[in-house]
Amino acid sequence: MGFHLLSPSYCCGYQPSPPISHGLLRFRPVTGIPKPSPKGQLHQSRRASKVLAYYGITTPPYKLDALEPYMSQRTLELHWGKHHRDYVDSLNKQLVKSPLYGHTMEELIKVTYNNGNPLPEFNNAAQVWNHDFFWESMQSGGGKLPQGGVLQQIEKDFDSYSNFRDTFVESAMALFGSGWVWLVLRTEEKKLSVVRTSNAICPLVWGDIPIIALDMWEHAYYLDYKDDREKYINTFMDNLVSWHAATVRMLRAEAFVNLGEPKIPVA
Amino acid sequence: MGGASLLSALACGVSSSSIGAPPHSFLCPTPNRRRKSRRKVRCAPITAQFELKPPPYPLDSLEPHMSRETLEHHWGRHHRGHVDSLNARIAGTQLEEMELEDVVVASYNKGSPLPPFVHAAQVWNHDFFWRSMEPGGGGKPSGELMGLIERDFGSFERMLKEFKEAASTQFGSGWAWLAYKANRLDVGNAVNPCPSEKDNKLVIAKTPNAVNPLVWDYSPLLAVDVWEVCDFSFLFFLSFFVFFFLKLYSGWQRACTDLPLMFRCKFVLFVQHAYYLDYENRRADYVSIFMEKLVSWDIVSSRLHIATARAAERAREDERRRREDDVEITNREAVEMYVDSDNDSEPE
Repeated sequence: MGFHLLSPSYCCGYQPSPPISHGLLRFRPVTGIPKPSPKGQLHQSRRASKVLAYYGITTPPYKLDALEPYMSQRTLELHWGKHHRDYVDSLNKQLVKSPLYGHTMEELIKVTYNNGNPLPEFNNAAQVWNHDFFWESMQSGGGKLPQGGVLQQIEKDFDSYSNFRDTFVESAMALFGSGWVWLVLRTEEKKLSVVRTSNAICPLVWGDIPIIALDMWEHAYYLDYKDDREKYINTFMDNLVSWHAATVRMLRAEAFVNLGEPKIPVA
Repeated sequence: MGGASLLSALACGVSSSSIGAPPHSFLCPTPNRRRKSRRKVRCAPITAQFELKPPPYPLDSLEPHMSRETLEHHWGRHHRGHVDSLNARIAGTQLEEMELEDVVVASYNKGSPLPPFVHAAQVWNHDFFWRSMEPGGGGKPSGELMGLIERDFGSFERMLKEFKEAASTQFGSGWAWLAYKANRLDVGNAVNPCPSEKDNKLVIAKTPNAVNPLVWDYSPLLAVDVWEVCDFSFLFFLSFFVFFFLKLYSGWQRACTDLPLMFRCKFVLFVQHAYYLDYENRRADYVSIFMEKLVSWDIVSSRLHIATARAAERAREDERRRREDDVEITNREAVEMYVDSDNDSEPE
């Protein structure tokens, strides 16, 4: 079978999506059918077309000015429109030359993490996923208290919501350099926990399930808060974090992690 | 206890500096090792603190390449914050008695850094960085430094290219360095078999977060800060230029109404793309400007001089120690031979 390596320009790399419902994670490898090129490669591509998957940038589920005044439109334009887009572009460029394709984003992260010896594609892949997750972890009118099952689980694992909040803020303040802070559901220990990672690492590589993420790279807060990280973190917790998204993720996570005794209905 | 000594030091105030400066600080005036100990008759505890040293030029003298606001923020807040945190963390510990470079290496703890490390290293790194720049800097190096660059990299342009690449590929936060590496094996009694000046060379290194090449026993010559904070400051500076040109362009656009609309739109899009500089390019541009307009090759040359002197001194030490060991072995061998010949004559 012939193998025809397509140049990225033939794949639809960018697919701005219609506004998606809150909190749903979607991993959408974008497949492209090659368009016939004017240089007469039409014959070849029809004969031996192998569809390769490239990744597209997802749009945040809100307009770019929806998070004002807590996160300015300018920040989102730069953070999503520049940084996130650059990660996607760099990843696609790297994938042209590498044999890794056909994975969902989560799979790609685990494969390129390579058990602690990350391949060159890891940074870009993980940052693309992390940023997708981050946009969906926020909403306008966010903050306040978590609802229902999430609140119960937080109170069970941290004693109280304010304990959890303090742990989260402390963890974020103690992070040096670039990184992320996560609320994760640990699959081994079957409980929620706050985790802090460097650079592009995300808890998927350890098999844990992230519930909420906060981007502590300087580009995320510098325009709005300069070096006042504490204010940024507190604003995130009070006004931006989407507990709705967290609930949806928790529900999904419960399908993979047994958090308690199942309630067997008595006939 | 540590806290009380810190408070008393603060209470003693600045005026005691003239009384308290110890004599050794005048004998060893190297920029990275200044420290003050303050003593007042009434305040019993002696405390030694690291102080925030200002850059050796006024804060607005690096304009237009690095603005005064950038320096005020970067030096006045970030660097100052690290100095304060460092003083707080080492108060009352044995690190308090040491020079800054020794604090850095000690707190690095061979790869398992202790809490004061990030602050000590960032204080040292930023001091080094401010001193690596000068108003009206840039150009090319000369003399011994240029000779070594050409020997180890092929050409000055290649060195620049590698330096920019190191700075651009440092993922996350960190620093890019030009350092002088004296190739010495750090394993017990092993020695470099043919030690000579030719084995020592210039290298380019990149480090994450706060790490610096002192911990690998290199002699750093030049540093550029590639934390995102620096990229953002650079973007602000460049954006002013682009806004200015955009304004000029819109005036021109009104004048040339006969241009096809499509061309005008493409031009505007092009300018907007130039405004949203690529992340990678922005950092590369920042490093280019740093190398073309800001870097102080005089300081780098003087650091190289100190580094080569240090390497030569160590080589002499090693040579002397080896000669002493040789003499000792020769003496010992004579005794052993005597003993061995006795054993050899006995039947097995």
